[in-house]
Amino acid sequence: MSTQILMPALSPTMTEGKLAKWLKKVGDDVRSGDVIAEIETDKATMEVEAVDEGKLAKILVEEGAEGVAVNTPIAVLASDGETVSAQPPAAPAPAPIAAAAPLAAAPAPVAAAAAPDKDWGPTTPQTVREALRDAMALEMRADDRVFLLGEEVAQYQGAYKISQGLLDEFGPRRVIDSPITEHAFTGMAVGAAMNGLRPIVEFMTFNFAMQAIDQIINSAAKTLYMSGGQMGCPIVFRGPNGAASRVGAQHSQCYASWYAHCPGLKVVAPWSAADAKGLLRAAIRDPNPVIFLENEILYGQTGDVPTDADFVLPIGKAKIERAGTDVTIVAFSIMVGTALKAAEILAEQGVSAEVINLRSLRPLDTETIVASVKKTSRLVSVEEGWPFAGIGAEITMQIVENCFDWLDAPPARVHGLDVPLPYAANLEKLALPQPDWIVNAVKKLV
Amino acid sequence: MQLNREQLLAAYRMMRTIRDFEDRVHTEFSAGGIPGFVHLYAGEEASAVGICMNLDERDKIASTHRGHGHCIAKGCDVDGMMGEIFGKSNGLCGGKGGSMHIADLSKGMMGANGIVGGGPPLICGAALTAKTLKTGGVAVAFMGDGASNQGTTMESFNLAKAWNLPVIFVVEDNGYAESTGSNWSVSGTQLGRAAGFGIPAVQVDGLDFFAIYDAAHEAVERARNGGGPSLIHGKLNRYYGHFEGDAMTYRGEGEVEMLRRDHDPLNFFRKRVTEAGLLEAAQLDEIDATVQAEIDASVVKAKGAAMPVASKLLTDVYVSY
Repeated sequence: MSTQILMPALSPTMTEGKLAKWLKKVGDDVRSGDVIAEIETDKATMEVEAVDEGKLAKILVEEGAEGVAVNTPIAVLASDGETVSAQPPAAPAPAPIAAAAPLAAAPAPVAAAAAPDKDWGPTTPQTVREALRDAMALEMRADDRVFLLGEEVAQYQGAYKISQGLLDEFGPRRVIDSPITEHAFTGMAVGAAMNGLRPIVEFMTFNFAMQAIDQIINSAAKTLYMSGGQMGCPIVFRGPNGAASRVGAQHSQCYASWYAHCPGLKVVAPWSAADAKGLLRAAIRDPNPVIFLENEILYGQTGDVPTDADFVLPIGKAKIERAGTDVTIVAFSIMVGTALKAAEILAEQGVSAEVINLRSLRPLDTETIVASVKKTSRLVSVEEGWPFAGIGAEITMQIVENCFDWLDAPPARVHGLDVPLPYAANLEKLALPQPDWIVNAVKKLV
Repeated sequence: MQLNREQLLAAYRMMRTIRDFEDRVHTEFSAGGIPGFVHLYAGEEASAVGICMNLDERDKIASTHRGHGHCIAKGCDVDGMMGEIFGKSNGLCGGKGGSMHIADLSKGMMGANGIVGGGPPLICGAALTAKTLKTGGVAVAFMGDGASNQGTTMESFNLAKAWNLPVIFVVEDNGYAESTGSNWSVSGTQLGRAAGFGIPAVQVDGLDFFAIYDAAHEAVERARNGGGPSLIHGKLNRYYGHFEGDAMTYRGEGEVEMLRRDHDPLNFFRKRVTEAGLLEAAQLDEIDATVQAEIDASVVKAKGAAMPVASKLLTDVYVSY
């Protein structure tokens, strides 16, 4: 009676490893507890002890083999006196996890997981403000059901001048000034979406959307489910989120984790002008409610935006803004810029940081983050919002669940201080993440 | 407004269906057969039916947590409703909504709503859609006296008037917001509030199907003809508690018994049409019998229906595309 010896797992999350060395050879007697081989992952080496007794009849995986999936038969053990035929053993049941894992031999798992942005060809410099306006105008031209609703969006051209020119082009039926009545106009837009229109709701800031959060969650996010799939809600809620400059605590809050918590919503947070245009077009086309978190400070920043008429970015895909090998820095919205500044400082100090621009928070592109951390073995998440139950907490947990064994240091969070945002310029600066906070966090890990 | 015999029979049949449906849900709930929270509409039937008989397939309604009557009056399938309340796979929402979230958009019923005051803004959206797409449809928000105190309601009054939306706000004032008396909790009057927004409003006796029907007819005509929003304030009564299980300690001794005896909208209707010679008592008796049988059948179907399959647990969170 022969027994197969299987590739063991070093940890619950290990899916494959290298068979580093055989300590027994064919014909050797094996006693229970004998060390028969050494297994390596990029994190650890483990000795494989025999459970059963017998004679090592056949070695199925030679030493030095990489990417051996957990539970793959690696050797055959024969009972004392038994002869083992030379025929190959029955194929093992496929291990589903191992099958999905990238081969360790593949040189760059990051490249496979996070395909670089499609090349959209020529670009033109635009501000985030212009990119957002163009995205709305393009989608409004393409679909007569799309309309913009909010305070000051029409006659005044937007409190932050995002909707410049839209009233002139589309008229008051499709660019609608609302009274200051967030809860009702939000519910009204949700009702319109349920009945066949495709509203874009502009909140003057997301701080004011707290007045309307009941309709956003209880009506927009939940009705499709509660109605058994009858009533969808294709709607975009957009506006500036997070801190601006010296506007005080009630106008300076990041709502990313609030909305990202809720099934039924998608949550998007652009950083660059290209992000703004490509993601807003995707959000308007999406048949689900999308929370689109802009940032007031970014509105005036200029970036290169593809001029291709079909340019759009997928919701749920992150972008590696800067490649690196020593640490993964994950950020979204304005903090992408802060993270890139930190990466430059780190580069001067000999630390190669990879910076991921999340773009979407729900769905979160866990695949890209995990692939990066498997390469760098270190994670620092950066957000402007508060730490408790924040986006960084979720990202850290995703890493713990998905690639704990690849970590060389505990994941770290950089975040806004756990206080309402102060008004005074010096205090405000002390409360919001700066590049050196990120640099210091990274240096504790490398 | 003179209704023909068919319309009168339909009105009675609908009111009887609501009454029997609610009485039966009450019984089944007491027997432990219904898994969740229910709020019954018995006693208020004339309102839902008087309003909805003025509506057609273009029109939308938004309901409340006390939504069964509105559903039936707008044409929702009784078997599907009973199945939903039992949490079964044959429910209108596949058992994923329950009593407080029954919806059938194909009938223009945008849903009961577990949030007091949740409906008025949504119905303004239905009205905006009708106006934008020029469907000719109108939209009705049912609400209780409790919801009339919510900011969303008054914000919706303002938006409906500011944008001249084809909306009818129907305040179903049964005297109690849960257990809180509307006699002290509603400042001013419903008519005065509407007047403050420049919205035409009328108060009607919720007992009287005909008064409600006429008020709704006028409001619907106004809305369809571009005249903007209206408000109807119905004073009516509920026979059961705020929810099933409510001991109703806040109600006067003998109050409900007196209402059932002297202020019942079905008895009122029967008396009115038979005394006027519009319908025969026997015709109404026949409806009573057939409706009873239909409700019995709906309960049998609901009890016999399968539970929702577990694979539905994770569907309908997002529209895939």
